[in-house]
Amino acid sequence: MSGMYLMPALGAGMESGIVVEWHVEPGQTVSRGDVIGVVDTEKGAIDIEIWEDAEIAEILAPPGTTVPVGEPLLRLGVAGDRVPDPPESTPSPPSQARRRVSPLARRQAAEKGIDLTQVTGTGPGGAVVMADVEAAEQPAAGPSDAHRQASMRRAIAAAMIRSKREIPHYYLAHTISLESSLRWLEEENLDRPPAKRILLAALYVKAVARSLEEFPDLNGFWENGAFRPGEGVHPGLAISLRGGGLVAPAVHDALTRTLEDLTEGIRDLVQRARAGRLRASEVTDPTITITSLGNRGVDAVFGVIHPPQVAMVGIGTVVERPWAERGMVGSRRTVTLTLSADHRAGDGHGGSLFLAGVARRLQTPEAL
Amino acid sequence: MKTSYRGAIREAIREAMHRDERVFLMGEDVGWYGGCYAVSKGLLEEFGPERIRDTPLSESGFTGAGIGAALGGMRPIVEIMTVNFSLLALDQIVNNAATLLHMSGGAFHVPLVIRMATGGGRQVAAQHSRSLEGWLAHIPGLRIVPPATLEDARGMLWTALEDPDPVLIFEHVLLYNREGALADDAGPVPIEGAAIRRPGTDVSLITYGGSLFKVLDAADELASHGISAEVVDLRSLRPLDDETILGSVARTHRAVVVDEGWRSGGISAEISARIMEGAFYELDAPVARVCGVEVPMPYPEHLERAALPQVADVVRAARDLVNGNVGIAVDVGIDSDAGISPKARIERGES
Repeated sequence: MSGMYLMPALGAGMESGIVVEWHVEPGQTVSRGDVIGVVDTEKGAIDIEIWEDAEIAEILAPPGTTVPVGEPLLRLGVAGDRVPDPPESTPSPPSQARRRVSPLARRQAAEKGIDLTQVTGTGPGGAVVMADVEAAEQPAAGPSDAHRQASMRRAIAAAMIRSKREIPHYYLAHTISLESSLRWLEEENLDRPPAKRILLAALYVKAVARSLEEFPDLNGFWENGAFRPGEGVHPGLAISLRGGGLVAPAVHDALTRTLEDLTEGIRDLVQRARAGRLRASEVTDPTITITSLGNRGVDAVFGVIHPPQVAMVGIGTVVERPWAERGMVGSRRTVTLTLSADHRAGDGHGGSLFLAGVARRLQTPEAL
Repeated sequence: MKTSYRGAIREAIREAMHRDERVFLMGEDVGWYGGCYAVSKGLLEEFGPERIRDTPLSESGFTGAGIGAALGGMRPIVEIMTVNFSLLALDQIVNNAATLLHMSGGAFHVPLVIRMATGGGRQVAAQHSRSLEGWLAHIPGLRIVPPATLEDARGMLWTALEDPDPVLIFEHVLLYNREGALADDAGPVPIEGAAIRRPGTDVSLITYGGSLFKVLDAADELASHGISAEVVDLRSLRPLDDETILGSVARTHRAVVVDEGWRSGGISAEISARIMEGAFYELDAPVARVCGVEVPMPYPEHLERAALPQVADVVRAARDLVNGNVGIAVDVGIDSDAGISPKARIERGES
């Protein structure tokens, strides 16, 4: 029995993706979790994974094709079985029909030796126009940076409008001393080479994950009028991109990973996010988002929740402040933690306990 | 020199009368009344009733008389009040003026100039608002020129009088009051050849006469949307300047033809066909037309406005073309964003 592998939705607001390349070929057997190809989206080129053991029967969307979300990319067979030939009555797919190509585009493609079957049409009724032929001439198969930035901007705009329209946000802030965490980190990192030093961000991620374990109703999604808890704790890390825009890919299974492992994961994630090579699961899995504008110098950030998530944790800049403790005033390195949360899914009471939980855990970093 | 379109034509008539004593003006109310659109105001006093001749309300009669005078060696300027009334003179224009050179084996030229007002937009209803110049451009043996600018209003008449064969000058009614600066030494201009009124790179907006200034406004608005529109003023509907039209399309690869006349069988259809014949392999999108809605011109102001091409219609057609928003044809009656437009409703007879 055969199935279809469909274009995945790699984030809210994604309407279609462009197939960049396939790592598989017909007849090949793949296992759950294998990266089978690359799809270009407004978030960059994303490695797509397969979620079942299967045999690739047919590639339906060759590289360069733009495919709407939910449309088939591959035909699959069950691993080990020979895939039966499709019945002869199968109507030929639309791509076999005569393509609409503007006269100018057809002439230019012929002069430049460009194969029109490999060109995606963006003109009237999906016709291939001159701009498409010019785009096909460029070495990069994907859309231009400017085009990608514009479409990323649109995707962010759509998600943020939806968030502010649908989600009744409540906001909490909590300023804490970060001395314990920083001293512990300095101690830990003393003997480590720079590449192996634990990142403060890993402490934040772990503290948030641990607190979410205690307050799971902030870890998940508001869908169809009800809260659906996330499967596992996968905080998305907001990463700003050099050309503008941002992505928030998941740090998978933050709860069970060591600080070293998380540090390595975060470094890798930031690097790949900026290179435009994220995995589909990283884009779709976050159960909460952590945003840190720490190196931008602001005290606090009150985030806009990324729907359908229900919470966003904001982390401000570490600043030295006068700090009163046990009747004494001293100087402490401090940070302001914030929580934006969906009031439909929970109340400020739970949110404040959660935020206090993050703060408490940052006082005992060795236990993370 | 600051002048109006009306003033520029009057100056052209005066110059012609002074330069050539064979020139005379003939038509309804051109003398004592000073012309229905006040073009000939003051000319009777200056040139006298022999050369500024009021005629009876008989278009066929005085147009025929003009043809006879031209055959007899005169250089008549016949003013037909509007193109609507020229229908009464069609037999003289089409069967006589346009054919006599051919029928006489090249012996008899008809050096006649007929001026007439054309177009809608003045709320004078269906029988007084037609744009039939494209229709008359169908006839071999005639030249059809619709001056849009002050320079052309000032300069086309003398060149037309110099032409040995009949020339019809179409003056859009909304242009008469249009004012602007005209060079003091402005004089005759060619009556052939289109002009690029605004250069551009993304789309050619091809038009003439009364629609030119709407189209220039549309080009301004398109620029604010990042679309560079080239505006072609046809200047002559017969003969058409294929070289300029096709040259523009070869640069921009897209064309919108704008014409107040009706779409079916109109001059826009002819231009679209020529682009397809002569520049098919330059086209990156189907040619679009923005034409008058195919109804008798409505009398109410808002319906008349809806029945004529407007700046927003041209902008939308050009944007749809450049942005690839449309399937096959851009129709001024169909709003591609919001379903059926008011214009389409009028066309369908809905309220």
